[in-house]
Formats: sequence, structure tokens, C-alpha cells
Amino acid sequence: MTLARDQVTHVAMLARLGLSDEEVERYRQQLDAILSHVDRLQQVDTSQVGETAQVGGLVNAWREDVRGECLPAEKALANAPKRRGDHFEVGAIQE
Amino acid sequence: MTATSAVSTLDQVMERWEPVIGLEVHGQLLTQSKMFCGCSADYIGSPPNSNTCPVCLGLPGVLPVMNRVAVEYTVRSALALNCEIPERSKFDRKNYFYPDLPKGYQISQWDMPLSLNGHLTFTVDGAEVRCGITRVHLEEDTGTLQHAGDILQQARSSVVDLNRAGVPLMEIVGEPDLRTPAQAREYLVRLRQILVYIGVNDGNLEQGSFRCDANISLRKHGETGLGVKVEVKNMNSFRAVHRALEYEIVRQGRLLDQGQTIAQETRGWVEAKGATISQRSKEYAHDYRYFPEPDLPPLHLNAEFVDRVRAALPELPQQLAERLQRENGLSAYDAATVTAEREDARAFESLVAAGVPAKAAANWLMGEVARLARESRTPLPGSGLGLEGLASLIKLVEAGTINGSTAKELLEELYLAGGDPAAVVEERGLGQVSDQAELERLVDAVLAENPAAVADFQGGKEQALQRLVGGVMKATRGRADARVVTGLLRDRLAP
Amino acid sequence: MSWETVGELGARLRSGETTPAQLADHARSAIESLASLHPVLRYTGALTEHQAGRAARMLAESPEQAGPLCGIPFAYKDVLCVEGVETSAGSKILEGFIPPYTGTALQRLLDAGAVPVAVTNCDEFAMGSSNENSAFGPVGNPWDPSRVPGGSSGGSAAVVAAGAVPFSLGTDTGGSIRQPASFCGVAGFKPTYGRVSRYGLIAFASSLDQIGPFARSVEDAAHVFTAMAGHDPRDSTTSPLPVEPVATQLARGVAGMRLGVPREYMAEGLEPGVRAAVEAALAQLEKLGATLVEVSLPSTEAALSTYYIIAPAECSANLARMDGVRFGLHVDRQSLTDTYLETRGQGFGPEVKRRIMLGTYALSSGYYDAYYRQAQKVRTLIAEEFDRAFETVDALVCPTSPIVAFPKGDKSDPLSMYLCDVLTLPVNLAGLPGISIPCGLSEGLPVGLQVIGPRLGDAQVLRVARAYEAATAWHTQQPPPLPAASEAFA
Ligand SMILES: [Mg+2]
Ligand SMILES: [Zn+2]
Repeated sequence: MTLARDQVTHVAMLARLGLSDEEVERYRQQLDAILSHVDRLQQVDTSQVGETAQVGGLVNAWREDVRGECLPAEKALANAPKRRGDHFEVGAIQE
Repeated sequence: MTATSAVSTLDQVMERWEPVIGLEVHGQLLTQSKMFCGCSADYIGSPPNSNTCPVCLGLPGVLPVMNRVAVEYTVRSALALNCEIPERSKFDRKNYFYPDLPKGYQISQWDMPLSLNGHLTFTVDGAEVRCGITRVHLEEDTGTLQHAGDILQQARSSVVDLNRAGVPLMEIVGEPDLRTPAQAREYLVRLRQILVYIGVNDGNLEQGSFRCDANISLRKHGETGLGVKVEVKNMNSFRAVHRALEYEIVRQGRLLDQGQTIAQETRGWVEAKGATISQRSKEYAHDYRYFPEPDLPPLHLNAEFVDRVRAALPELPQQLAERLQRENGLSAYDAATVTAEREDARAFESLVAAGVPAKAAANWLMGEVARLARESRTPLPGSGLGLEGLASLIKLVEAGTINGSTAKELLEELYLAGGDPAAVVEERGLGQVSDQAELERLVDAVLAENPAAVADFQGGKEQALQRLVGGVMKATRGRADARVVTGLLRDRLAP
Repeated sequence: MSWETVGELGARLRSGETTPAQLADHARSAIESLASLHPVLRYTGALTEHQAGRAARMLAESPEQAGPLCGIPFAYKDVLCVEGVETSAGSKILEGFIPPYTGTALQRLLDAGAVPVAVTNCDEFAMGSSNENSAFGPVGNPWDPSRVPGGSSGGSAAVVAAGAVPFSLGTDTGGSIRQPASFCGVAGFKPTYGRVSRYGLIAFASSLDQIGPFARSVEDAAHVFTAMAGHDPRDSTTSPLPVEPVATQLARGVAGMRLGVPREYMAEGLEPGVRAAVEAALAQLEKLGATLVEVSLPSTEAALSTYYIIAPAECSANLARMDGVRFGLHVDRQSLTDTYLETRGQGFGPEVKRRIMLGTYALSSGYYDAYYRQAQKVRTLIAEEFDRAFETVDALVCPTSPIVAFPKGDKSDPLSMYLCDVLTLPVNLAGLPGISIPCGLSEGLPVGLQVIGPRLGDAQVLRVARAYEAATAWHTQQPPPLPAASEAFA
């Protein structure tokens, strides 16, 4: 299969990665090469096989409904690159 | 059918088009802690970003740990909505970027939800409606955004508060089985009632702990396919849901009548305009790239677990209403009214348990008490009078110690202030004049003072009797039993 | 001092001959003398002093109760969060991030009295096999500074190999502990998935990541593992089963054990020097009384493809939180979308972007079944093949890497770099414990022997490794002295 340029830009947008034109082309070629290697997965017969998402074999790993400690807002906000008062600030949301 | 002008009314549109409505409800669960961390699930009123920890802030390196009670509450809700609980279930990541979503994905459920295939039945205008419930699943709530400026699209910047991020959120996806705004509204009313009854949700639409999105499309009557659907958001009252759906029916109907197509889009209800407006120009179709959440082992809820949750399921409002009709002889109407709110139903049951006759308990609760609760914004259990006080007050009336109007005055006075009604009656001598000799003396006096009324009555004017009764009541300052007085007067005036 | 083991340093601490603060000072100056290799990104400063003081008190109050790590200096990879100490995951996007919390594994080491000294360089977000993907510059191999130390935990491997600290922490998602251990000639242990808490580890691929130690002896690695291992209520994927005591296992030797040699791991593609060293090691194990059995893991070839779907898919979600809102780099643009695009476009390096792209693609609508779902199914086959092998053998022995440390810049093509992990990543896909220990030199560069055990067979893996180590001297080999600083920079 050959990856098209607009597939690359679509994926970059889904992942919110701003790429230059050269990057788009470079990733197009590299992903193409990687995917054609990965395509050998399609040859493995998995018709009788279940999916493995985790290997620990655990189920129902839950906690009791108990309150714990919160961070003080000052600590929660300490790493914020941009804040207004006790809020995180972000740019205009234009969807 | 000839196309009509562009100003068709709702009724005209509904003659030509059948609305197909499905509702998606999100309800916050009344747990102590959040879904995946120990921060409080009750975030209302906390200063911004103070109800957060590394987990719900989505800091690098943290991991979610699921709240057992949130799982139980979801299963409880699903059972109340007649759902099946599959043995195996899991969480998935739903990926999208938005500033109120700290991790860049929401932990939700995709192809293996906690429950499936339920339904809710209710009546609208005397007809039974059955709405299928596709699934009830569990996820985490997002944080909240505030925008500088009223309208999102015009705001130059927004601010993020993550106090709400991670609160357990149950999503109830309904089938597109609803056909009118009234049905949609009643579905929501019943759904909310059930969730509140079973103690998993506080049912607050205004504050958004119970939220509803609607999908609506129109089709020709008799058709089975579906039209292009529009998603409507931002409705934070039952009334808003009703109005927004009516608006959409008319909007879509007029477009279709003009031969136009409906755009598949998300629209927001703007209360002030009484209209929905388009929210998203979908530049990029959403592709949430769901995949199994690797940080959380799957759920395996065996029959024992489900049975235990089922056994702990409280009586549902419909069952309770039926029981009150059966056991307490309430009418269907009274039973439905008394059970509309869980608190009222509880109050009713304790009044009855305290010896108050059912009919009287229902009347008082739905009448004067409801009015006072509304006006004072204080529900009965939190009022000064309380359940016990109310029971004693109603019993004074039932025993004939005080009459109705005295009781109403006392209720008004004691509702917030509190006090023992029996003691107040005793202290102020508010008890009914029930001494026969005293009443006869007063009746005679009133007859003597009102010869004209006596003559009118004896001349066949039945209403004249009321003037005489009023005279006696006035003389007792309202403390006589009007029925007894009427009887005495009739005796005296009998030819 | 630096070449001493944890046990030897502990004895000196208990005799009063030295103090935790002195050991930490020594470690720090030893690391400073490695500046030309660039294995360390920063020192832990006040925390070092605080912990040295705490360890000194623990030793003074009850020397018997203080565990083997009390007072011992160490370094940890720049993906582990410690309250108050910058953690950047080798990335510009996290530069300056100071966690307000401490991860569980680190906390357990701190509670055991170990003294952190430095934060080690690594591939950005642990993605790489050469440590050339760090945003803060590559790391050199102590055996030959012009060569790579392996990755992604290259800095952690290098500081131990160069004798600056007796142990360090790394993380292993597809071989990121074992492969650099092999390249640098030290022991590197990846525990069973779920044995050591991941809480506080900046995730690369959640279903594959594990924290583990580098050390110069298997015994030291076992000490560190024991201090960190066990259930953690903050990590739902940790096993609730008790941790098998390792110490008693270590001395038992391999006599009577059945060791499997996976045919596919000895196939073509092995460098001759690597093959020779590993074959000699296998013969040695046989001499020690183990029975060698050839086994087959036919899905090995598909494992690389499986890994390079699953790991990128998970990372594409794990790295979504790097959005410039709550922490890290923020490239200010008027619209939110542009801010996201620029922050992430500028903040991530090429390898990270490549994997995010690959993972996003594999999960996206229309491709999920062909890539992600199929990879999950093949993962099942891989895990089942290992299970089947462990029905007949106690552990597997094989090379860690088909090659020795290669020159920096040698593998500019991503796919050829990915192929470096071909013998380590199946172990992560199956969640098994694995260790790499030195087993010889090829053209003057270390070769690693890999021992793989069944799930939760961590003690078994350490036992086999220890038996080999006890009978050989490869683990005592030291790299040649570094060229003087002036030469290094010339
Ligand atoms: Mg949802
Ligand atoms: Zn929290």
C-alpha cells in the first residue's frame, strides 16, 4: 500500500502535530516503509484467536470509595505555562 | 400534499412529518470520591482547581484506579432500567483534544459497556410509551471551561477549572423510540425520578449533574428509515428540552417542506433566543480512536455480584405508587403525585406510619406543605416543624381538636419556626369549641341577632344558612366545627 | 570506591568507614568526570542531601533493620517522577516540569534509604534503541564514546558501566533496560509486567512498560528489585500476589534446571561475535548442570510488527496530555488548535512524532481492525507460545541483542533501528521477566546474555543469571578509561 499525503496530514491533525511540508513528506515515506513491513501481520492466521490488551490476567482491580487528599490549588497550578488567577488559561476555542 | 408556506406551525409540521427522537443522558454519580482518584465527587463551591490531584489533573506518570461504588451504582441504575449486565466489561480510551479533558482522552466504555438492552415505560396522555435503552455505561466527567465573552466562538480566551474532571458519570443512551417533545420530556422526568429514587444521582438539571442531549430527525409518517439527525445540546431544564425539540421540529420541517436537506450537525439551545444555533462546522469528522484502556484491568461481574446489587435495589417509584394505591387506598393520581419526588414519598410513608390517615397525609403534603416548601425553599424534613410536627398537626385536625383553617394558620406559623402544635393549641386555647351547651347558646344568640336571614332561609333561600353559620364561626373566632354548627342551626330552624 | 557492589558499600557504611553523604559526593564527582558521555541531565540537589541525612539516621538508629540499599547512591531515568525534582522525559515539551508527587518505585527506594544523586539522560519518552533521540543530546558508550550505549535507558546503563554509581533505574518497554545493559556490559533486569508499580513512570506504552534496575551484579539487581516490587493500590495492573523472596533463590544454581534455547533467537542476523559469546555461555550453563533444550517460538518474526503497532498506539494516547495547558512547553498562538499544533509540533522530536503518527494511524477509523486489532490477536499467539515453552523449560536463554553497540549515527533509517529490539520486545508483549547480563566481548564490546522466565518467575530468572555470573568473570570487566575531557571535546 502507498500512503497518500492527505492521509498523513489527516493523521497529523488528529494527533494535533504541527508538521512542516518537509516533515509531511518525510513521514509519508517513513510510515510507508514501516507499514509495508508491518503488513506481514496480515499473513498471520488469527481467525481462532482472541485479542490481548493486557497480560496480567487481573479483573476487578478497584478501590473503595474513600476520599483522599487533594493538591492545594497553588500546587496544581505550579507548572501551568499560562494561568489567570486560579485557572489554567487557553487560547480562543474556535472549532 | 401541497407544500405550505414557510411559516408552518408545529401542528402543521407534525401532520406531515414524524419526529424521531432519541435522548442521551449523562448523570453524575453520588459517590464520595471521583471515578479514578480520591478527590471529592462533590465539587460544587470549591475554589477553582482546588479539588484536584495528580491523577485528575492528568499529570505525566499517574494512573487511574476505579471506584467500586461507581461501578455498583451504574449496575444498580442499569437494573432499575431493565438492562442486562454482561459478565465481561471493560473501559476504553476515547481520544480527542479539548482543554477540559486533561489527559487528551476520556476513560469511557465502547464495545463492552456495563449494561445493555433495557427499557423504560411510562404514560403520556393516557397512552403507554416504551422507550428502549441501548446501554448504560460508566465514564469520567470533564473539567469546566469559562469563556471571556458570552459566546464560545467569540471568546478571545478561555479558562479551565478541573474540579469536576474525573467525577463518575453514567451515560444512558436511549433508543430513538420517542415521537413527540412531550414523550421526550416525560421520559426524562421518569428517568430522573428513578435515578434519584435509587440514590445514585441528585437530579439537578440546572447545575448539570443530570444532563441531556437529544438526537432528532424527521421522516414521513409510515416510513421506517431515518432522516438526517441533528444533535441538540445545552438544555438545562425539562422545559428547555421540550422547547428545543419543538423548535427543531419546526425548523427541520420547514426546511424539508422547502425541499432543502438537513445538515448533520450539533446545535446548541440558546434559552434567551428560544432557538437552537449551529455549534460546529465539522472541519474534521470526529475519529475518537477508541481502544482498550491498558491501565485498567477489565471487569468481570459474576451473577453473585449482580444479584447482590439487585437485592439492594430500593423500591422504584412506579412500584411504590402501585403499592400506595393498593395498601393505602390512594387514587392513581394521588399516588403518582405523592411519589413524584422521593422525599415526598418518604414523608408520606412516615406520616402514615405515625398514624395519619393516608388521604389526609397526601392532601396536606401535596397542598399546603408543598406550597410552603416551595415558597420558603425549605423541604419539610429540613423545616422547623419537621415530619413529626406535621404528623401531630394533622392528627389534631383528624381528632377534631382544631379545625382546618386553624391548622393552616398554625402550619404557616410553625413551618420554619418549629414547635409542638399540640402544646401551642393548648397554650393559646385554639381548640375547637365542642361543648354542646356553649354552641347551642351561641346559635341561639346568632338566630336572635339575624331575623332577616332566618326569614330568608325559612322562605326557601338555602344560602341564607351560610350567613348564619358564618355568624357562629365569627363568634367562636373560627374554632367551631362548621358541620356541627350547620347541624344545630338546621335543627333549630326546622319547621 | 565506585566499582564496589551494594553489599561492599553497605559493609563500609555500617562499619562507619564512610557515610551516605560521602558516598553521594563521590558518586556525584564520578558522574561529573563522565561529562563527555553526557549520561546525566541533572542532579537531585537538595533531595540528595535530605536522603543522605535520612539514611545516616536510619543506619545510626538500627543498622540491622536498615536494608541493603540504605545509604547507597543511585541514579534514575528521566521518566520517573519525584516530587520537587524536574522530570523532562528527555523532551523539550516537558522541560522544566516539576512533579508535585513521587512515584511508587522511587518512594520505596527512598523509604529503603537509598540516596538519589542524578537523573539520567534517555531517549525522548523512552522511544529509541540508541539514546540518540534525547532532546538534550546523545549519550556515549563508556566502552567507546563514539558508539551508542543502547536505549532508551542509555544514561542509566552508562553511569553504572562507568562505575559512577552501583545501581540505577531504567524502564523497559521493548528492551530499553536489557539492550543498553547488553551494550554497556552490566546487568539489566526487566521484571514481570505488573510486579513493579508504574505509578510515577511517565508512560510510553502502558501495557508494556516496566521499571527495573541496572547493576554490576545480579545480586545487586535483586536487592533493588526486592525493594521496589509488590502490589501498589495506585497501579491497578500490579499483581496482588506476594513477591517471592529472591535471596534464597539466588544461591541455588542451575543444576537440574531445564533451559530452553529459542531456535528463532539464534537464527541468521546474529553478529558472529555475539553468536560465539552466547554459545559459549550456553555451554557454560550446561557445564553448571543445566539441561539445554531447543524450543520454537514461531511468532517471533511477527512480534516486531505487533510491537510497532501496539506501542505507538498506546503512546499516541499517553502523550496526548502534553498539550501545553497544565504543564510543559506552551507555544502561544491565538487559537487553541494552533497552540496545540505548534506546542506539540515544536515540543516533540522526530522519533516521538513518528510513533504518534504511526499509532494514531493504526487506531484511526478504517485501519483499526487491520492493524490494532490484528496486532492484539498476534500478541495472544506470542504470549501463548511462551506459555507453551514454559510448560517444558524453567527459563529461556538467548542473546539480548543480535548486535553489539554500534557507532552513533549508524542507523538513521527508523526501521533498521526498530530491528535492534527484535530479541527483547517479544518478552514485553508477553509480560515476562527478563534480564541481560554480560557474557563476553566481541571486538572489545560487551555482549549480553538474556534470561527469560515465565510470568512472576522473577526469582527464577535472577537465579539462572546469578549462577552464570558466579561461574564467570564477565561482569567484573571494566570499560577502558575515558579519554581526558579535553580530548573528548576536541
Ligand atoms: Mg459520554
Ligand atoms: Zn483527583
